[in-house]
Amino acid sequence: MTEKSPGLFGRLKAGLGRTRAKLGGSLATLIVGRKAIDAELIEELEALLLGADIGIEATGVLIGDLESRLSRNALRDGDAVYAALREGMLGILQGGETTLELPSRGKPNLIMLVGVNGAGKTTTAGKLARQLQDQGRSVMLAAADTFRAAAVEQLQSWGERNRIPVIAQHSGADPAAVVFDAMSAAAARGLDVVIADTSGRLHTQGNLMAELTKIARVARKADPEAPAECLLVLDAGVGQNGLAQAEQFGQAVGLTGVVLTKLDGTARGGVIFAIRKKLDLPVKYIGVGESIDDLRPFDPEAFVDALLSGEA
Amino acid sequence: MFTGLSERLAESFKKLQGRGLLSEENIQQALRDVRVALLEADVALPVVRQFLEQVKERALGREVVKSLTPDQAFIKIVNDELVALMGGQSEGLNLTGDSPSVVLVAGLQGAGKTTTVGKLARWLMQTQGLRVMLSSGDIYRPAAIEQLRLLAEQVGAGFYQADTGSSPVAIAQAAVEAAQRNQADVLLFDSAGRLHVDDAMMGEIKQLHAVLKPTETLFVVDSMTGQDAANTAKAFDVALPLSGVVLTKMDGDARGGAALSVRQITGKPIKFFGTGEKLDALEVFHPDRIVSRILGMGDVVSLVEKVERTVDHEQAEKLARKVKRGKGFDLDDFRQQIGMLNSMGGLGSMMKMLPGMPNVGAEASAAGAREMRRIEAIINSMTAAERHKPEIIKGSRKRRIASGSGTQVQDVNRLLKQFIQMQKMMKKAGKRGGMAGLMRGMGGKLPPGARF
Repeated sequence: MTEKSPGLFGRLKAGLGRTRAKLGGSLATLIVGRKAIDAELIEELEALLLGADIGIEATGVLIGDLESRLSRNALRDGDAVYAALREGMLGILQGGETTLELPSRGKPNLIMLVGVNGAGKTTTAGKLARQLQDQGRSVMLAAADTFRAAAVEQLQSWGERNRIPVIAQHSGADPAAVVFDAMSAAAARGLDVVIADTSGRLHTQGNLMAELTKIARVARKADPEAPAECLLVLDAGVGQNGLAQAEQFGQAVGLTGVVLTKLDGTARGGVIFAIRKKLDLPVKYIGVGESIDDLRPFDPEAFVDALLSGEA
Repeated sequence: MFTGLSERLAESFKKLQGRGLLSEENIQQALRDVRVALLEADVALPVVRQFLEQVKERALGREVVKSLTPDQAFIKIVNDELVALMGGQSEGLNLTGDSPSVVLVAGLQGAGKTTTVGKLARWLMQTQGLRVMLSSGDIYRPAAIEQLRLLAEQVGAGFYQADTGSSPVAIAQAAVEAAQRNQADVLLFDSAGRLHVDDAMMGEIKQLHAVLKPTETLFVVDSMTGQDAANTAKAFDVALPLSGVVLTKMDGDARGGAALSVRQITGKPIKFFGTGEKLDALEVFHPDRIVSRILGMGDVVSLVEKVERTVDHEQAEKLARKVKRGKGFDLDDFRQQIGMLNSMGGLGSMMKMLPGMPNVGAEASAAGAREMRRIEAIINSMTAAERHKPEIIKGSRKRRIASGSGTQVQDVNRLLKQFIQMQKMMKKAGKRGGMAGLMRGMGGKLPPGARF
């Protein structure tokens, strides 16, 4: 797994895209230094936003804002258009609690990872555990995916890599019981954090969503404050359906944030704008690669810059 | 699936109705609506542009002049272009050549490759009666090979287990030999998920292809994918001679624009789609039916197939006989019907497939489902005698049933009234008899709270 071509968020990963001066891609040539601001430019910007999965509605708001400023002659050149667009996008994403709330209180904090199938929950659980360990936390993994073949083994191998305990039961076991057991075991061993890796489920599956509600309810029997964090793991490649996912999972368990995974391809994860606007749900982490360090705290500025530096 | 798009297009077309002619101007509005609908459905922007160009060309051409009404003409044009875009009839798998035929699956991480391989194995064994062997070259994701081994066990397919430490290419080579030794008809080879921008991994899949010499190379893509479907499909299509596409997770509510994007960009047929986590949740793709659904024209064929697959025939026959006689249909039978309907995915999923009812919102069908549960609860709170002879249910029985089911006496009354109406209707329908009568009975049993 070496030698990746940079990819869109490869820039982000490499720490580039921080400043406008370093922009690559077509947007720079499109706007920066451009004297004439015309309908064509606006159309190209719209295409860039739509192509990043930002969606009709949020794109409409961002472009509408640019157009109204243009009509007031508030934007004189390409640099001003770029700055205005960037500002509009940051306005949506900035603010809110983007770090994990894991108080030291002599009791394990439960982090639940939820999401549709294949979003990257198990991998995120493994990486997140390692990062929390590096921050001096003691972590336990709970294999609450008792449905998918070999899901438990997958999590166990992350447990081995990180040298942390994994609480698991047999395939088909009640996931709520697994989580409850893990919380009791973690409390008995004086551990800080329990990360529960739940099965992937489509948000339209009523029974499985009810199962998620039950996991949270049973967890509250061990700790009335649980879950401390309930994170929606979202594939950056997802389209507008991401919003429906955030809504439905939010209704079932009450989300505290989003982990946006697989940003190391060409997917740009623009649906998080709609999620932030409609549900005020902050992104807390992004996944930009396969190695443990590639799970990163979300930085709105770096994100917007990387997104805007992509091909239109 | 695709309901959002069909609702949107239905609205676009409504706006067109009542206009005298399809002018360039009112087509513009309809085209804008279609554009919004397609983008909201996650169809990739370049594909949307191309599609709208085609529709516009057609709409402004001579075909419109001869047509009945402008809105019908427009619907037909959009429909025809979508059908053309989605391709012809599904073609199944090409398993010709020397045994074993090899099927290679490829795609991004989390698309659903491994589950798809398990489902394909089951499908090939059960519908084609073939001997199938599975193997996995995913040495990267922890427990991926174990996952496929467990799936092979579940469906009863052979499995080639490589020595740990083997490279994917070595595994592929050995798997082909093992399949030959075991006289398997088909070898299904699962590959690791990979990003299309990862040159090393894309090189690896090319090598795998060279070693396996598959007759089918399937690109597995998540139906919830957004605009990026265009990029990934293109990259995989360039790297590999793809022969088809499998769309996964179609049981969700994603509008599924990725289907259009991938089809348009690769030009390769969509062969299957996955509709659930269970191993039998794989269906052969029918482009024309999907397009009918996009346009809100209903999908009666899928509905009938679903009914046939799900309904217990003996139970259905028994019910049908009762219906035919026009008597003896009691609340037990009613409850059974609800159970059948639920096992077919509930009222909402049935309504979506019926023509003329494309606009049942998620809320309405959720309300319907709630009402169904309430009815079931009420019937469950009755004694056997009451279910058999509902006419004995008077004041105090009603109160008991209401409190037992957590409902109000009015709800019990409503159910009883509904049931009497249904009995009457059954008698009428029964004269036509058989499955048709039963279907009609199901349609007639819409719960009182659901307004459709």
